[in-house]
Amino acid sequence: MTAVTTAPARGEATAFRALLPQLAPFLGIFAVAMILPFVSNDYWALIGTRAAIYWVLVSGLNLVVGFAGHLAIGYVALLTLGAYTTSVLVAGNVMPPVPVFAALPIAACVGAVFGVIVGLPALRLRTFYFAMSTLGFATIVTQIALAWQSVTGGGIGISGPEFPAPFNTAWGYYYLCIAFAAVSTWISANVAHSRFGRALIAVRDAEVAAEATGISKPRMLIAIFLLAGALAAIAGGLFASLQTYITPDAFTFDLSILFFIAILIGGRGSILGPMLGTIILTILPEIAAPLAAWSTFLYAVLLLVIVLVMPGGIAALLDFRNRRPLASNRAIIPRPAALGSVVRASAGGRKLSLRGIALSFGNVRAIDGLDLDVAPGQIHGLIGPNGSGKTTTLNVISGYYAARAGTMQLGEDVLPPGMPALRAARGIARTFQTPRVIGEASVLQNVMIGGTIEGQATFVEALLALPRNRRDERMLGAKARALLGVVGLEMLADVRADRLQHSELRFIEIARALMLEPDFLLLDEPAAGLSGDEIERLAALIKAISRRGAGILLVEHHADLIFDICDEVTVLNLGRTLAAGTPAEIRVHKEVVSAYLGG
Amino acid sequence: MLASILASGLAAGAIYALVGVTYNTMFSTSRVMSFTAGQLAMLGGVFGSMFTLKLGMPIIIGFLLTLLGCAIIGIITEFVAVRPVLKSLDQHLYVLSTLALALMIQQVAAIKWGTEPQPFPRLIGWGSGVFDEKFWLPVVACAITIVGLEYLYRRTLVGRAFLAIAEDNFAARALGLPERNLRVASYALAGVIGGVAGFSGGELLLAFFANGALLNFYGFVPVALGGLGNNRGAILGGIALGLFQQAANFLVGGIFSSVAVFTLFIVVLLAAPQGLFGAATARRV
Repeated sequence: MTAVTTAPARGEATAFRALLPQLAPFLGIFAVAMILPFVSNDYWALIGTRAAIYWVLVSGLNLVVGFAGHLAIGYVALLTLGAYTTSVLVAGNVMPPVPVFAALPIAACVGAVFGVIVGLPALRLRTFYFAMSTLGFATIVTQIALAWQSVTGGGIGISGPEFPAPFNTAWGYYYLCIAFAAVSTWISANVAHSRFGRALIAVRDAEVAAEATGISKPRMLIAIFLLAGALAAIAGGLFASLQTYITPDAFTFDLSILFFIAILIGGRGSILGPMLGTIILTILPEIAAPLAAWSTFLYAVLLLVIVLVMPGGIAALLDFRNRRPLASNRAIIPRPAALGSVVRASAGGRKLSLRGIALSFGNVRAIDGLDLDVAPGQIHGLIGPNGSGKTTTLNVISGYYAARAGTMQLGEDVLPPGMPALRAARGIARTFQTPRVIGEASVLQNVMIGGTIEGQATFVEALLALPRNRRDERMLGAKARALLGVVGLEMLADVRADRLQHSELRFIEIARALMLEPDFLLLDEPAAGLSGDEIERLAALIKAISRRGAGILLVEHHADLIFDICDEVTVLNLGRTLAAGTPAEIRVHKEVVSAYLGG
Repeated sequence: MLASILASGLAAGAIYALVGVTYNTMFSTSRVMSFTAGQLAMLGGVFGSMFTLKLGMPIIIGFLLTLLGCAIIGIITEFVAVRPVLKSLDQHLYVLSTLALALMIQQVAAIKWGTEPQPFPRLIGWGSGVFDEKFWLPVVACAITIVGLEYLYRRTLVGRAFLAIAEDNFAARALGLPERNLRVASYALAGVIGGVAGFSGGELLLAFFANGALLNFYGFVPVALGGLGNNRGAILGGIALGLFQQAANFLVGGIFSSVAVFTLFIVVLLAAPQGLFGAATARRV
């Protein structure tokens, strides 16, 4: 029981030792890259340089495709853009020539801007639309490069930028590109392992839950598109220099496919996998020279095979940890007593009140003039037959639906209708009727998602792993572990969430909601699918949470649970309040008994 | 100039509209947007040129063989790239599987047919100037396709079965409709429509392997404008897109017309994500 509270005290050194198994493959690849010049010839310098440049682009694209789950298939366009921007700036045929090390950052800025423009449709629509907008962008960039002769040289092309000594030899340039690749690996790993990386996966796999924890999807995606665009453009500048002379033909759509497939072969949500994928796909056509003309065809076959046979990619093959069987007789034993040391007592005082809320779907009046008050430190039960508007009420409070009429107030402040992503900041957390958990992330990461808005570090700080970000990570990690102890799941912290049982997912959701230290907690049928013992433990946990000062709105069908723990009960029927009062009053209320409880 | 804009705009618009209808036909029975739509239209041109010019067949035989070839490619799409991923539609794996198949088709066309645009025969030989057949043929083909589809969907049992599946897949299966066979049939039909688009637009676009990717994008824009699965929207959107693009082409020049189309695409998606004629999204929570 005491183990829970000692979690935060972990030094940097031990943290590094824990990371070592994850770092080892990267260090291995880096070591091989460093000794390559001593064991091979210039031909391999070219291939190695190319792989490094591709990886600079793929490392950014990986955050878009592998983490955010957006299918960007035309990223060669940003490579083209970066290549031409750098070349034109260095050649000076539009404005005075710029040194190459100044041209690269400028190209990165241009790439970042266009990365966002191409990504705009992804803010509102998923999958095919975004795939199409990147494809369309790839088509027009090539056309522009061909047609804008005064700047790009049209079909004749333009010479690529030259780097000063010592980067003007094959191996000098190789080391420069390896350095760029190493830095971009570091950056993308920093983002991936920060709260921003987790938020990306949350938006991908559990968008609704992500909103409830206050994650702003547009801001997240724009940050990622900026980064991916900048990295792609830098890769373009390096690529142009490697080619020494660029024409639109150098940027075939095949390259896009290579980048994209490298990530899919590698596996979603991994960095090592796509890195191996990039290396393999760069080398593959070289060792299968007779097939060079068919390389795109082979990539396409590979893509089809991966999609149909192993959607997890290399990363899933290498994930040995999650193949160990879990104990089958495990039980959830929450320790509500430990809550006090993790969650501060709620300031309280403010009441959540709904007045005259009404909402219809078409002609169906889901809620029809509902008044409801949830006081701090109280458990308010919301019961009623199916379709009486219980979950809809929760959705109105958490902003997924905007009520047609009525007002919501939190203390003196008016809660704006709609805008679910703003609820977390106001101290309202919730769980869902069907648990919305990120299956591919670990249990611990799932809980840490809940505290995303508690983090202090900005995206740039996370990108560079500055102290404030490391402090955030330690704080979120320790708190999440402690809360897992509170709900009784600390043994499963490092297990992938999709391997868990249904009842365990319910407790994960509660832990995730508690990360916010909410003033109000909305629980949507938390006892559904739980065993009798588990319901008793849940009841104790809910009571403990309310004793810390949080107001709890509990939607539930288990009448025993409701009457056992609630301070107030509201009964809904057909979107209206049928009765409201203490459990004792409700239990004997005639209409409630006939409409709902039976007896 | 106005006449040229109208002629080439309507012609290009009709081709885009037909590719849009190809997308929709596949979407309606499977909820899948397939990257092979543009490739089917590309193949319409390539097959047409191959059968009539390379192999010297009469136009009408070449036309029928082209449609047959495209229908077979449509059926292959269903078996290879759509059926295996239908179980997990929510993961959107179809984007990848159909993309893979589209790339294979394109690459085989590039290697076996050549990477240079090749001529397409004159089909009838009527008209010149802005009334040249290369301008009005796609428009006529589009009109005939619309009438044919309307007849199919409204007057025939198979067409009604298509609509039933498009409307509510589960209910249609519960009624005992052979959902799988109808899906295969709709992919064959999509192949035919794509083939008509490519064949009728052959004189305008030539037999060129890279038309596939281009038509994938330009054919999708009207679908995005009109809303997924909405044929009327796709046709109006396609014609509007063709006119807009050609007007931009004549007024401000080639490069900017593609920039203009791309900008239009992004702006419309941001302003009306479900398309101008589309339905609202399903409940999320």
